[in-house]
Amino acid sequence: MSKTIVFERVSKDFTGTGRAAVRDVSLEVMEGHLVVLLGPSGCGKTTLMKMVNRLYEPTSGRILIDGVEIHDLKVTELRRRIGYVIQQVGLFPHMKVEKNIAVVPQMLGWDKLKIHRRVTELLDLVGLPATEFRDRYPSQLSGGQQQRVGLARALAADPSIMLMDEPFAAIDNITRTRLQDELLRIQQNVRKTILFVTHDVEEALKLADEIVVMRDGQVLQYDTPLNILSHPANEFVVELTGADDVLRRLSLQAAATVMLPWEGSEKPESQMPRIAPSTDLRDALALLIKTGSEELVVVDEDGNRVGRLTLSAIRNLATQPTTVSTS
Amino acid sequence: MNPFVQFYQFFADGFYYLFDKWERVSPFFFEHLRISGISLAIALLIAFPLGLLVSKVRWLATPVLGVLNVLYTIPSLAFLAFLVPFYGLSPLTTIVVLVAYAQTMLVRNITLGFIGIEPSISESARGMGMNPWQILWRVELPLALPVMVAGMRIATLAIISIATIGAWAGAETLGKLFQEDNPRKNAAGIICVVLIALTADQLYRLLERAASGYRRKQAPARPQAQSVQVA
Repeated sequence: MSKTIVFERVSKDFTGTGRAAVRDVSLEVMEGHLVVLLGPSGCGKTTLMKMVNRLYEPTSGRILIDGVEIHDLKVTELRRRIGYVIQQVGLFPHMKVEKNIAVVPQMLGWDKLKIHRRVTELLDLVGLPATEFRDRYPSQLSGGQQQRVGLARALAADPSIMLMDEPFAAIDNITRTRLQDELLRIQQNVRKTILFVTHDVEEALKLADEIVVMRDGQVLQYDTPLNILSHPANEFVVELTGADDVLRRLSLQAAATVMLPWEGSEKPESQMPRIAPSTDLRDALALLIKTGSEELVVVDEDGNRVGRLTLSAIRNLATQPTTVSTS
Repeated sequence: MNPFVQFYQFFADGFYYLFDKWERVSPFFFEHLRISGISLAIALLIAFPLGLLVSKVRWLATPVLGVLNVLYTIPSLAFLAFLVPFYGLSPLTTIVVLVAYAQTMLVRNITLGFIGIEPSISESARGMGMNPWQILWRVELPLALPVMVAGMRIATLAIISIATIGAWAGAETLGKLFQEDNPRKNAAGIICVVLIALTADQLYRLLERAASGYRRKQAPARPQAQSVQVA
């Protein structure tokens, strides 16, 4: 797998503020990964992201996409290759849904038939039936539907990179959860390299392949969600992510990672609840408590018993102290 | 005599004069339209770039709109009299005054039209890779249009009414019909000006509806038209 976006010692000063918004950040984002930029407001996460499509220019340092320095590309062409989704959605109110989605393909000179097909395909992908929604104006859509169209519009020209700036922050809880699930589903199919900005820890843990924790314009830690919770870089990361929250940590581990191999059991198997290997440990624990059982049978898709998960194994894992690395 | 009868008689005579002596009224009628049209066109050519500039360079708003507002408070007759020494008794004097008055309303509404656009809309246009011209023509202009057209409507009505007064500064407009004490001529003049104004108003309302068509799909909210001030 190759590096798609590379930040090399990138800094950004806004004139007049006297403080760097982004300080000396170096990062490598792998192709097809969903990387979440996480941090409190004012930490520089949005600034860092907006330098990728050159809405901001770095004061120093450079950014490369697929090995090419983005400053050497024509800015409009660079942006047309990058999907961009923002919190306020920013749909064009005077254009129907179809026209909104067609903006970038039109600028790229696609023919009408190809655009029409692409719009249908995208609306299906984001869960809005094309026949019903194609001819609506943005004002005729709910907030959640608008952001689905925003997502479709960003995906329109099949960019390899997507930038998403708190896209679900202004949406109600239930709809947000649904949109997060759909983003994961879509990402499984399309495998874009995504930079996703949020200040919502739950959202970050749920969506990210890797999380970049930022504060005061600097990167504190860049790692997988599980490693960030189990080996937070410092007290700030512990506090921000709630790394000492046992249940939160359990929710990031699948049963398959801690189960014991199946060697039969002294207890009658019929009384033992069954779970899939991908079930997370928080759900497994909940099942144990609910059923009063001491252990669970892990069963694969074909119904074969592949392992057993005991209450004591989960307890051992949960009581491991969170180690703050001292690097 | 009963004032209602007097009123009725006055306009009945006006209509009679209009139909009977149309060949005497028509030169003023068409000159009125011509001067109004030319003034509006020139006013727009100045106001559009100016309004766009003010909307992008915000600190210009206070000085520019301030000067235009002061200009607008000058009584039109005084303004005309002041310009006669420069441009003489010619239609030019009237056109200059009309263009100046229209600026206040046009620049204001053109600026408001652009400023009123949700910043996130322009940002996403930029983020998608539109160049500045595409952003202006495909996104910002259509969104600013309803407010701009509302300003054009007010400016046009003001131009039509003030053009009448231009007759005292050498413009052969419908104001000529008011210059002698002839009630039939006076009434015919009033009828013509009102007719032009009403027609223009209706045309602009159609235009406004067309320009804001996408908004009617859901919200009952129409752009707040400013009160029409006819000098």
